[in-house]
Amino acid sequence: MHSPLDTAEHPEKLRRVVIEPVSRVEGHGKVTILLDDQRKVHQVRLHIVEFRGFERFIQGRPYWEVPVMVQRLCGICPVSHHLAASKALDAVVGARTLTPAAERIRRLMHYGQILQSHALHFYHLASPDLLFGFDADPRKRNVVGVLAAYPDIARQGVLLRKYGQECIRVTAGKRVHGTGSIPGGVNKRVTAEERDELRRPLSDIRAWAQAGVALVTELHEHNRDLYEQFGTVKSSLLSIVGRDGKLDLYDGVLRARDAQGAIIFDGVEPKDYHVQLRENVRSWSYMKFPFIVSRGPEEGWYKVGPLARIQNCDAIGTPLAEAARQELIADSHGAIVHAPLVFHWARMIELLHAVEVIEGLLADPALLGDELVASGPRARTGVGIIEAPRGTLIHQYEVDEHDLVTMCNLIVSTTHNNQAMNEAIRQVARQHLDGHEPTEGLLNHIEVAIRAFDPCLSCATHALGKMPLAVEIVDAQGALVERLVRDGERL
Amino acid sequence: MTRAAVEIPTKKKLRVATTSLAGCFGCHMSLLDIDERLVPLLELVELDASPLTDIKHPGPCDLGLIEGGLCNADNVRMLRVFREQCKVLVAMGACAINGGLPAQRNHLDIRDCLQTVYLSGHGVERGFIPNDPELPLPLKQVHPLHDVVKIDYFLPGCPPSAEAIWQFLTDIIAGRTPHLGHGLIKYD
Ligand code: SF4
Repeated sequence: MHSPLDTAEHPEKLRRVVIEPVSRVEGHGKVTILLDDQRKVHQVRLHIVEFRGFERFIQGRPYWEVPVMVQRLCGICPVSHHLAASKALDAVVGARTLTPAAERIRRLMHYGQILQSHALHFYHLASPDLLFGFDADPRKRNVVGVLAAYPDIARQGVLLRKYGQECIRVTAGKRVHGTGSIPGGVNKRVTAEERDELRRPLSDIRAWAQAGVALVTELHEHNRDLYEQFGTVKSSLLSIVGRDGKLDLYDGVLRARDAQGAIIFDGVEPKDYHVQLRENVRSWSYMKFPFIVSRGPEEGWYKVGPLARIQNCDAIGTPLAEAARQELIADSHGAIVHAPLVFHWARMIELLHAVEVIEGLLADPALLGDELVASGPRARTGVGIIEAPRGTLIHQYEVDEHDLVTMCNLIVSTTHNNQAMNEAIRQVARQHLDGHEPTEGLLNHIEVAIRAFDPCLSCATHALGKMPLAVEIVDAQGALVERLVRDGERL
Repeated sequence: MTRAAVEIPTKKKLRVATTSLAGCFGCHMSLLDIDERLVPLLELVELDASPLTDIKHPGPCDLGLIEGGLCNADNVRMLRVFREQCKVLVAMGACAINGGLPAQRNHLDIRDCLQTVYLSGHGVERGFIPNDPELPLPLKQVHPLHDVVKIDYFLPGCPPSAEAIWQFLTDIIAGRTPHLGHGLIKYD
């Protein structure tokens, strides 16, 4: 039993339309749509077509390599993997509590990453759809077009991203794939000069972040029906929340709510995640399908990410972002919002929150401390959970007495949203495609719904699969490099 | 939201296509890390197919930047299209040059990997191995780009720094032979 439009009854009789690659998202994915002669839609699927096998090849590696290796799953949110792995391995090296400086340096790295990733997603990738319209000229519907038509908005986006990247550079050593976080703490302190450098542009950064929230709010108000209905499907919500119930993107306990907002579980310690969440496999995607155990595989799917987080927490602990959150809640009269396009609004609220948190960290003298590493009695296993820009990220490792990794399990943000994205594009297909000839503009509607979730398809492709074809690879001179055959047994 | 008049470009711009094959997008991020210099760059460069645009298939281009190595049949197909369409083709970053992190699986049996992830994986219920005509055939090993086509330039680094990418692009745009000075070539 799958949801409607998951699987057509007679796919062989239908016309196949493909969107490949899905563009202006991070990573590699494609969408297939099956239509009949009346252009009625029978099947819509988002396929994750790549694979890495990380969970297997990390086995046998020394544990201290993991935080640096695992970042290479994703260049947009490397810090998330860097920190989730470090947090899992904190438990292995017995660092129950980090030193005050290490905790703050990691938080600065993480909120810098939230800032840069949210800015990238909104300004560089998604805003062209929202500013120009979903079926605007595809040659203009990109960041270059935004730079030409709305130079101020684009420039602010570029500078917001730059600022987040600088927070990462100062704490991690470089902007992409740094090495600052290690099991038990960090390996690099922040100097007073570096801190002062980061403080200087803060008032501009805060003003641009506020302008970002105002912009999405305005877009929403101008096109209320579209923003509220486009691809909307109800589901449960999942995220971590701080131990005080407030929004915390770096650390906390798992909480899930149902579609109406009632708590399904709360206060679940990271190490117990597997009691509440399991995963399913489908034949047509390398991405697994997780579900909440108590709801079962059919009903138990959920959303993660900004829209889930800001509705799952009790409050946001910084004033500007909390005020913006209250506006969003008031706008729906307190009902849980499920609309994919409202992800953008929630994302900009979080971007503003990240700026406020960074401001607080830069004002905290403990940031400059030079005690960087903690340790304690060794353990065999560790689970690290963090709220990555796109949602809950889970890393779990087992390490043997020779310091080698013997087991690794990752559930990345985008995987949590797998079913939610598939349901959203099916809804868009019903709302906009059914009965119409699928033009470029109409197909972009499908991509708009996918983009709203800000999927990180690179992260989602850390798994491997077998293939149903035969292929030969030859080099530039025509010599055979590799031959593959259909028979899965012989792969 | 004030909307500026869109200027019509007069001078012929350099046409550039970019793609990510078996890469992590970090090299594309490093390209964006040129920050404000994006504005002057985009005055000299016209983006063709790229993860940043909605052009899905490259047309004839002056320059192609490829991030990531080859891990499946689709990667190989896309690489060939880029080679046909781009006058100058660049392997950008460690993955494109030598396979990078994804090539860590090269010493493993693929079936073993599949089983670890989809059958015996932690928390997997009723697992099996995905198999569908829509999923491209994975290669037994991850290959660097130059195993399959001729590559004109190699930009090392994981990722190459924004400075290195900027130096490379400005050299190409100015018609110079690209030359990365001291400190810009890194093999991290
Ligand atoms: S070279 Fe490094 S940054 Fe570039 S795609 Fe490969 S892993 Fe990512």
